[in-house]
Amino acid sequence: MARALINIPPKAKRGEIITIRTLISHHMETGFRYTTTGTQIPRDIITTFVATYNGEEIFRADLFPAIAANPFITFTTVATESGTIALSWSGDNGFAATEQVQITVE
Amino acid sequence: MTLTCKHDEIGAPKASRRDALRLIGAAAVGSTFATLRIQPLSASPAEMRTALERITDGKPVTAGRVKLEIPPLVENGNTVPITVTVESAMTAADHVRAIHVVTEKNPQPNVISCRLGPRAGRAMVSTRCRLSDTQNVIALAEMSDGSFWSDSVSVIITLGACLEDLI
Repeated sequence: MARALINIPPKAKRGEIITIRTLISHHMETGFRYTTTGTQIPRDIITTFVATYNGEEIFRADLFPAIAANPFITFTTVATESGTIALSWSGDNGFAATEQVQITVE
Repeated sequence: MTLTCKHDEIGAPKASRRDALRLIGAAAVGSTFATLRIQPLSASPAEMRTALERITDGKPVTAGRVKLEIPPLVENGNTVPITVTVESAMTAADHVRAIHVVTEKNPQPNVISCRLGPRAGRAMVSTRCRLSDTQNVIALAEMSDGSFWSDSVSVIITLGACLEDLI
């Protein structure tokens, strides 16, 4: 399981816009590099990132090789109700990671 | 004199046809090796336009409403922080549907494509990207009414990504 760092405020006021910062460890091999013997290093990247809030999709990103290693993504959402924010990453070679964070909305 | 000329005229096309065939053969072999051995170090601005057209589906793009924040001078092209913000009320009737970032000279023009909606509250996305060369970076926003807005920033790269030492 890849190590992920997630920053979501644990408590928020109803209707408040919260910022979600995510970082996951992944080397994001572009597929454009060669070894010293001339063989191409195959592409190995995270291709999709999806965020859901109580099961409803709030944000989705398609990533390309131009995203730096250890993809860092920041986005915002409106705190509507208490519940779970689930973040999932998927990519080449069957890479899949999911993290869940609880949020309390007052 | 006229005879030699005539002879030349008759002979010349034959010779050139043979040469042409040889050239075609050599070119075919050469190109096979070229595709096997050499990857394009950078895409052309034309490829970026194709990528943009694929995103916009041929719709016109207007400059404005989008703000792409990126340092104008970057030392290391392997991690370049970028932030895209779009002026939008982010209501159900009027919101940003998608944010895309494309580059002019990276081996592949696309950087990121984000889908968001009124639940985002604010149209803002931030990430870190790789840039291979000094070039223009373009942020594109698709609104809920189907219009496209963009911002372009020229970035100077001291050390490009993709050029680091071989493994």
